[in-house]
This record gives sequence, C-alpha cells and structure tokens, in this order.
Amino acid sequence: MLSAPHILIAMILLPLLGSILNGLIFRPAFAKRAGVIATFFAASSFICAALLFLNLHNGAPSISWAMDWFDVGDFHQKWGLKFDSLTAVMALVVTGIGSLIHLYSIGYMSEETGPSRYFAYLNLFLFNMLVLITSDNLLGLFVGWEGVGLCSYLLIGYWYEDLDKAKAGMKAFLVNRIGDAGFLIGIFYCYTIFHTIRFDEIAKLLSTSSQFDLHLLNITAFFLFVGATGKSAQIPLYVWLPDAMAGPTPVSALIHAATMVTAGVYLICRMNFLYMLTADTNAIIAWVGVATALFAALIATSQKDIKKVLAYSTVSQLGLMFLAVGCRAYFAAVFHLMTHAFFKALLFLGAGSVIHGLHGEQNIVHMGGLRKKMPGTFLTCLIATAAICGIPPLSGFFSKDTILFSALAGSNQGMTLWILGLVASTLTAFYMTRMFVLVFLGEYRGEAHPHESPWVMLLPLLILALGSAFTGFLGVPHGLHIIPNYLEHYLSSVLIEFPEQATSVSEHSAMFIATGLAVAGISVAGFFYSKLSRAESALRGLRPLQFIFANKFWIDELYYLLLVGPFKRISAFLAVVIDPKVVDGLALFPARVSSGVSIVLNVLQSGLVQFYLTILLLGGLWVLWHSMKGWVI
Amino acid sequence: MKFPLSITYWSHFVSVAMFSLGLLGFLLRKNTIVVLMCIELMLNAVNLLLIETSMRTNTPEGIIMVVFVVTVAAAEVAVGLGIVLNLYRMKGTVNLDHFKSLRG
Repeated sequence: MLSAPHILIAMILLPLLGSILNGLIFRPAFAKRAGVIATFFAASSFICAALLFLNLHNGAPSISWAMDWFDVGDFHQKWGLKFDSLTAVMALVVTGIGSLIHLYSIGYMSEETGPSRYFAYLNLFLFNMLVLITSDNLLGLFVGWEGVGLCSYLLIGYWYEDLDKAKAGMKAFLVNRIGDAGFLIGIFYCYTIFHTIRFDEIAKLLSTSSQFDLHLLNITAFFLFVGATGKSAQIPLYVWLPDAMAGPTPVSALIHAATMVTAGVYLICRMNFLYMLTADTNAIIAWVGVATALFAALIATSQKDIKKVLAYSTVSQLGLMFLAVGCRAYFAAVFHLMTHAFFKALLFLGAGSVIHGLHGEQNIVHMGGLRKKMPGTFLTCLIATAAICGIPPLSGFFSKDTILFSALAGSNQGMTLWILGLVASTLTAFYMTRMFVLVFLGEYRGEAHPHESPWVMLLPLLILALGSAFTGFLGVPHGLHIIPNYLEHYLSSVLIEFPEQATSVSEHSAMFIATGLAVAGISVAGFFYSKLSRAESALRGLRPLQFIFANKFWIDELYYLLLVGPFKRISAFLAVVIDPKVVDGLALFPARVSSGVSIVLNVLQSGLVQFYLTILLLGGLWVLWHSMKGWVI
Repeated sequence: MKFPLSITYWSHFVSVAMFSLGLLGFLLRKNTIVVLMCIELMLNAVNLLLIETSMRTNTPEGIIMVVFVVTVAAAEVAVGLGIVLNLYRMKGTVNLDHFKSLRG
C-alpha cells in the first residue's frame, strides 16, 4: 500500500522522469511520441495531486517528509516536503493546467520537427514548480524558484536561432536575477533573525514570542517581496514578461500566465505569518501592486500584438493579486491566482489556437471575423473574456470582487486603493473586449486562410472554459450569503484570516459598482471597436495618449538609457581597454620575456655539428682549467 | 731494454701534434670525408702513444689495445663512409655547412 509521502514524492518526481526520458534517452527515436509521453507523466502527476488533495479534504493531517540535505557548520538543512492545503491548491492548478497545456502542445507543436526538447523542458518546468510549492523551507523553495526561472529561460529562447527570441530569454533571466538577489538577502535575514528557514518553525517563533524587532521583520519582508517582484513581474521588474512572449504560446500560457509568475504571490502567502506583522512593507506591496495593475492595463489598451495584450493583462492581474496580499487578504490573492490561472491560460491557449490557425499572424488588426471560422476557439474565448472582465457569475467576478473588497476593507488608505483597483479592472474589461472584438467579430481583414484547430487543442480549451466558468463558486464571498465559501475554509489552516475593517461601502454595493463599471468598459470597447474606422476616428483626439501607451511609456528605453547603456559602456571599456592592456598584458609579460630570451638562446642551436663540438671542447677545457688550477699552477 | 728519453720525447710530441691537427681539422674542415680522416688521425695519435708506452714499460696491454682500436676504427670507417654516401645522395654535397637539420 502506498503511503501519502510516497504519493507526494511520486507527484514531484514523475515529471522529472518524463523530462529525462524525453530529453536524454528517447530523443531521436521517439520524437513523434514525445508529446504523448510528456502528457502521460504530467497527467500522472496530476492524479497524484488529486489523490493527496482528496486525502486532505477528508480531514487527514498535512503530509510532511524530510531527508538530510547538507550540513555546513552549525547549519543543518533537511530537504523537507510539506503538503498542506495551500500546496494542494497550487499543485492542482500547476499539474492540472500543466497537463492540459501538455496535451494542447501536442497539436500546437505538431509542425516542429523534433519537439522532444520542448516537452523535456515543459516536464522539467512542472518538476521545478512542484519542488517550489512543496518545499517546507525557504531554501528548497529557492531551488524550485531558480529551476522554474531556468525553464522559463530555456522555453522563451526555444527558437534560439532567432536572435530576438534568444535575447528575450536572456532578458527574462537577467531581470529575474535582480529579484533573486533580493530574495536571497531576504532568506539571509530570515536565518539571522530566526535561526531557521523552515516555515513552520518561523511561524511558531512569531506566534509564541514578541521579542523580534519589527523594523528587521519589515526589512526581511521587503527583500522577500523584491524577489517576488522579479518572478511575478511587478514594477519595477515587470519588463521581462511582455518580452517573454517570444516563446511558444503554450509556454506563455503555462509559465508566463498561469503558474510560474504567480510564484511571488505564493511566496508571500506562504510567509503570511510574517507579513501579518509588517504593516510598512504591506503598504509598499499594496501600492506597487495597484500601480502595476493600472500601469500595465493602460499599456494593454494600445497594444496590437495579441500576445502582448495578454502579457500586459497578466502583469495587471498579478498587480491585483499583490494588492490583495498587501492588504493582508491572502485568501483573496490565492483565489484570484487560481481563477486567473484558468481564464488566462484559456485566453493564451485561445490566442495560440488563433495564431496556429492563421499560420503565425499575431497582429489583431489583421484578424477579425474568426467567429465563423473558429467556432470552438470563439466560444471558449468568449467565456474567458467574460470571466476576466468580471461578469457574474463567472470565476473572475468572484475573485476580483474579493480582492477589490479586501482592498477597501483592508487598510486605512482602502478607499484610494479600491478606486484605483476599480479603474484597473474597468480598463481590463475595456482592453479585453477590444481584443476579443478585433479578433473574433466583424469581418476578416487578413490574408491567411484561417482554419479551426484539431481536437487535441480544443479539448484543453473546453476543459479550461468549464474551469473559468465554475471555479468561482468555490470561493463565493461571505457577504453574498449564497453558498458557503469552501476554498477559504479549506485554506484556513494555512492562511491567516483577513482582518476586515469597517467600510463605508458595503460588499453588495462594491460588487454592484464593479460589475457596472466592467459592463461600461465592455460596452465602450464593443461600440468603438466593432468598426475599426469608428475607433480610429474616435481615437484621433486621444492620439498622444495612445502613442504613449503603445510605446509602453518608454520604460524599456529608460532602463536602456539608465542601466543597460552605461553597463554596456563599462563592459566595452573593460573589453577594449582593461582586458587587452592590463589583463592580457599581465598574462603575456612572462610569455614575452621567455620568448625574447629564447630568441637569444636560439642562436646557439645552429644545427651545425662542428659548432656544437667546438663549444663542447671549450667547455671541457674550461672545466679542466678550473679543476687543475688548484694543484698545477 | 730502455728507450732513450729523446725517443719518448719525440713520440709524445708527434702524438700530441697529430691529435691537435686531427682535432682542428675535425672542428674546422667542411668536407665530411676530410672530417672522417681527421677522426682517424686522432685515433692514430692515440695508437702511437699506446705503442710507445707499451714498449717503454715492456708490457703487452698497450699493443693489445691498439689492435682493438684499429678494429673499431675499421668498423667505424665502414659505417661512416656509408653515412657519407647517403648524405651525398640526399643533398648532392658533402659540405657539412649544408646539414642543419638539428637547427631549432
């Protein structure tokens, strides 16, 4: 009989096995079957996760397992796994959506000659993500954190022959390094303060003792948050995510929308016992979150590339999640993380289906009228768009309202945060409708011959559409008094309850206002963009604004000017002056000396035997002279 | 029987002169055959000294040695001339200045 820890270990290791089989062993022979193998291992991992989830649901205690990892001095670290309710939710999302995306990739990558490498990376990503979410300590989490970063880099640059795509991968990797440096500093602070980096032990210390310096705790929380801004694409480190769209679209769906980018949110939720105490850092997190949400939403309104719109939308939605954790509404963040994973993965996969059907076209201006050509994609994307816009009773409605109400009820600046969040979600409704209308409604404006995608791609879309429609009912807010909030109850053993404050706006009216604004955003976008000419004439007055949004506020250029440019100039100086003159000079000096000496000595080796013999004779005479000098002369 | 001092003196003188001439020729002459001949000259200078010593001290070892030296010299000349012949075939000359393969 398999025990729970065995299933847990199997859940983590199965994708790794798939990755090894596809990447190292089967490569040439099974290239055609690579997708099936990878999907099989991902799905088995999902079954393990589901078994563990049911086990936990039936009231079993959370599972722990540990083995010795390393000892350095008095620092004894175990490789510890823990499967509690938060991990269960994350694991279900990661392996479930991951399996669907593996299945979808079989169809999407069918035109590739050797997708073994792709599926090996994808399975490796699942493994690392599972390491990240099952670790019971910060260091193990960091290992998974770096692992998913590596897979993200490998998959963004999957088509590495294209220099731009390779560069996008490098950008993602480098920007993440900045965040990871912050994360590491946070871990060091944790160890300095608590002398442990295990979540349970830190939580216990914080709950039993109040001797810790609040200032230090704030710094720790802040540095961990810096790590989160890198991975979860928040201001100021969000710039890598839009560029990460260079990778294959299923990768964008899995890694850069549904799972990896939510690792930052997961980290803060996992450390919620620490963040409960750090009010100053929470304010920073909330403001960064809401600023990112607004900023990215504004940019998304003017993007023409279908994947860029979705990328900025992801940044914006992640901003909302950070707004929630900043207001200490950890349940709201996890809830939105889950629903967002469904509808954003669905949107990306729908976009992938559109791109696949149009043979690589990504510009939404050249689409339109795909409603008739791709009915399956159209219907599922309709559900996803309605969900992200916040139309009741789809999933996005419940989770977004939970976040917005938490912002309102969570802090003293609640009203400002709430209004900004409302603006961001209204903009979300606007740009998502804009994209949807431009892609699916009206007349077809492109040259390609669109065709519907095969069933392996439509089946994941359908399942995700069901998820997008119904997962919201797992976390219906208490204020509605319809059905009990199952998810919050399930997560209550890990996440601290939201410290609700009295508000001037009731939950019902907040919900009503949000929905009204979403409908308004949808109507405006629907009205203008149903005819492209109408939108263009209406936008004439707003041209300067649109110009700013379309150029993404020149943030990339600003970073280039302030950071990348000087860095490149310093590098060029080092490469052109310091390296050849100083470093090479030091290395070449002994070489030059010995070469000069050898040129002089080389004269002696003339090759003439008689010359050698003459030298030999003179030498012999010299020795003779010296040895006889003493006693003859 | 004892040799007069003068004969010893002269044979020593001739031997040293022969050896020095042989050495100088060996070091300075460029024709390989002449160089081989100079080696013979040095060997014979030594032979002369050996014979003189053997006769002076009335012992046979020196003369026995000379027989060995002559034998070895004959073998050496046979090998040496063979090499010279091959050198000539290789380069068309036996001038030692043309053989510089050992040059670094």
